[in-house]
Amino acid sequence: MSTFLGMPARPPRSPYGTGNLRGDEAFPRAAHHELGNGQLRRNLGRATTTIRAKRLDVTGELPDWEALRDAGSAIKTDAMNRLPELLEQLEHKVTEHGGTVHWARDSAEANEIVARLVKATGSSEVIKVKSMATQEIGLNEHLESVGITPYETDLAELIVQLAHDRPSHILVPAIHRNRDEIRQIFLDRIPGVDPELDNVPAHLAAAARAYLRQKFMTTKVAVSGANFGIAETGTLSVVESEGNGRMCLTLPDTLITVMGIEKVLPRYQDLEVFLQLLPRSSTGERMNPYTSLWTGVTPGDGPQGFHLVLLDNGRTAALADAIGRAALNCIRCSACLNVCPVYERTGGHAYGSTYPGPIGAVLTPQLAGMHAAADDPNSSLPYASSLCGACFDACPVKIDIPSLLVELRHQHTEQTGTTPEKLAMKAAATVMKRPALYRGAQKAAGLGRAVAGRDGTISRLPPPFSGWSDSRDTAAPPRQTFRAWFASDEGRAALRAAADEHDRGRTREEPDRSQDESDRSRAEDHRNHGEDGTA
Amino acid sequence: MRIGLFATCLGDTLFPDAVRSTAILLTRLGHEVVFPPGQTCCGQMHINTGYQREPVPLVRDFAEQFGDTSIEAVVMPSGSCAGSVRHQHATVADRYGDSALRAGVATVAAKTYELSELLVDVLGVTGVGAYFPHRVTYHPTCHSLRMLRVGDRPLRLLRAVDSIDLVELPGADSCCGFGGTFALKNAETSTAMLHDKLDSIATTGAEVCTAGDSSCLMHIGGGLSRIRSGTRTLHLARILAATRTTPDVLTEAAA
Ligand code: SF4
Repeated sequence: MSTFLGMPARPPRSPYGTGNLRGDEAFPRAAHHELGNGQLRRNLGRATTTIRAKRLDVTGELPDWEALRDAGSAIKTDAMNRLPELLEQLEHKVTEHGGTVHWARDSAEANEIVARLVKATGSSEVIKVKSMATQEIGLNEHLESVGITPYETDLAELIVQLAHDRPSHILVPAIHRNRDEIRQIFLDRIPGVDPELDNVPAHLAAAARAYLRQKFMTTKVAVSGANFGIAETGTLSVVESEGNGRMCLTLPDTLITVMGIEKVLPRYQDLEVFLQLLPRSSTGERMNPYTSLWTGVTPGDGPQGFHLVLLDNGRTAALADAIGRAALNCIRCSACLNVCPVYERTGGHAYGSTYPGPIGAVLTPQLAGMHAAADDPNSSLPYASSLCGACFDACPVKIDIPSLLVELRHQHTEQTGTTPEKLAMKAAATVMKRPALYRGAQKAAGLGRAVAGRDGTISRLPPPFSGWSDSRDTAAPPRQTFRAWFASDEGRAALRAAADEHDRGRTREEPDRSQDESDRSRAEDHRNHGEDGTA
Repeated sequence: MRIGLFATCLGDTLFPDAVRSTAILLTRLGHEVVFPPGQTCCGQMHINTGYQREPVPLVRDFAEQFGDTSIEAVVMPSGSCAGSVRHQHATVADRYGDSALRAGVATVAAKTYELSELLVDVLGVTGVGAYFPHRVTYHPTCHSLRMLRVGDRPLRLLRAVDSIDLVELPGADSCCGFGGTFALKNAETSTAMLHDKLDSIATTGAEVCTAGDSSCLMHIGGGLSRIRSGTRTLHLARILAATRTTPDVLTEAAA
């Protein structure tokens, strides 16, 4: 690989252990806790089933849905291919319109920049628009550590914050909570809340609103993320459902937006595609209720100070890799989470990262690395999938997540050196490429009959197969392999009988057969057919 | 037509009945089934577990064994193996192979079919003369569904079976939780998915749950057996190969 002067061959990933891109334990262990939580599984199952059905309805009604997906994919791919150029254009335009652009290599830099900007305003509080980027870098924790209190204003994010919990879904951070739990959280944590509060959603929302309104009216600084940044005009955009985001984006004096560099789109008109793809894929709505767009500052209207923090945090590292580049196309709609059978059972916390679900399993190791030698929980993420492919079908920008997971698994095994698993895989490949050895191994497998019970099944297997036999019986291996049968007199006789049956059938079922033949196109078929008949 | 049969390592060793049914069915339809004896495994397990270097010889063998131009089509009673041959062999060949391997892989991939695809698309049949007087539900395996896009081909074949009572499986397109080594590496999550699948199967009251992949059936069947369900699993090929004269695969297998 060639290296240009001054350009590192491998761009840095997000540093180990900062921000929220790594859990405390590997996926199977983390999932173990969640799988045992029946309430969580019921909450998740119900929520994802509802949202899946809604999504299918609203995507099905668009005759050009597939064309939109292609357009979305093409625009993102183009943007990733010329990211440096587009980001410079974005910086230029934001500056031209009175904003200030800051570049942050990683979470530590981004957190420092935001804290410094908040302090400069003299405020010790910020209101926050729901943002994945600030979750990723652990901004709230950092702000608190320097004496600034962040208030989440997205209802679900507020619930999570009040409960000192972590979000478990990109779009619906409190998807794992039901309304009884939410009522209790509000009763416990919102100062002065009506003790008679019941669990009716409208009442819960009203309680949150009363609490938040007071924050909107008094807080001078807001921090947001961005769904899109338009290079052509310097416009930033946030789409949301509740309008709380818009309050934050318009009421305070100062607005600080933290945006992952992959969120840039080339042209204003590209929004047309994504404002159709995103809400339909995420909430199953034709249009999200609030779409806010702002460009720099407008004297006398809205925040008079605007800062844009462009966050790398492993993104250029991802960009330098074919897999990572594809993963950066993600628009965080969460459709892949909602259709994922693994996510549906384990919930988002099992992934240990701000980005859970199928795309999280791809993106998290890309941004923060898989430090296999240190038993990094991130290295378990590419395996947290049955590769069923439902995510690929759902993704509005057609990211082939299963293939990316397989590629990441490959990267992981290439990095890990020799492991027992690798030795086993090598041994298996060696056996399988030598037919004589292979037949020997098949015989050995046949010995498994000896350990089968009277019903011909094996109910207990040794490690590493014990996870299998905890819930599944295994049928005893058969007496004879297929190849042995095929070569045997019995096999030959059975196939001869089948061929005879065909010949008899030909005269009896002439119309049907000729139909079959007319469907076939190759002239060769007839030649072989004739040979069969005379054999 | 001269059809190369790939038994798959799992089919050859553990589920020969499904492969045998495939061979008999195609022969009965008037085709010549050839079994290149040097065949072993497509390498899917390696590739999906993250090993692409190790299966290079397997990919090469596959291309060689089935590269013979007299073999007009290659069939296998497994959607996931067909998917691996069609989509993953190229990845491995591109990464570690020479141009000959890349060409060989492409040639073989172009004539590789899963059983229902071969029957419906290449041989042009949906009615294969099968007779199966049982209540059956069909689970479309993920790789058949989303990697190969077999669509309703298996269902069209099943609907044409004489005397079958075909019942729809609720939530059919949700994964059964097998996923190869996923079932070992994430056994608990896999089991949670399996149990939901078993519940769906139970609601159908079917005697038989069928599918186009022995691997998924091994997982589902293992779960059904563990809960002592009355439903059993049977590969699609076995239903399609059952006729009035050789009817009783159910009792035969139980014997
Ligand atoms: S990967 Fe695709 S489906 Fe998943 S969140 Fe991103 S854009 Fe949505």
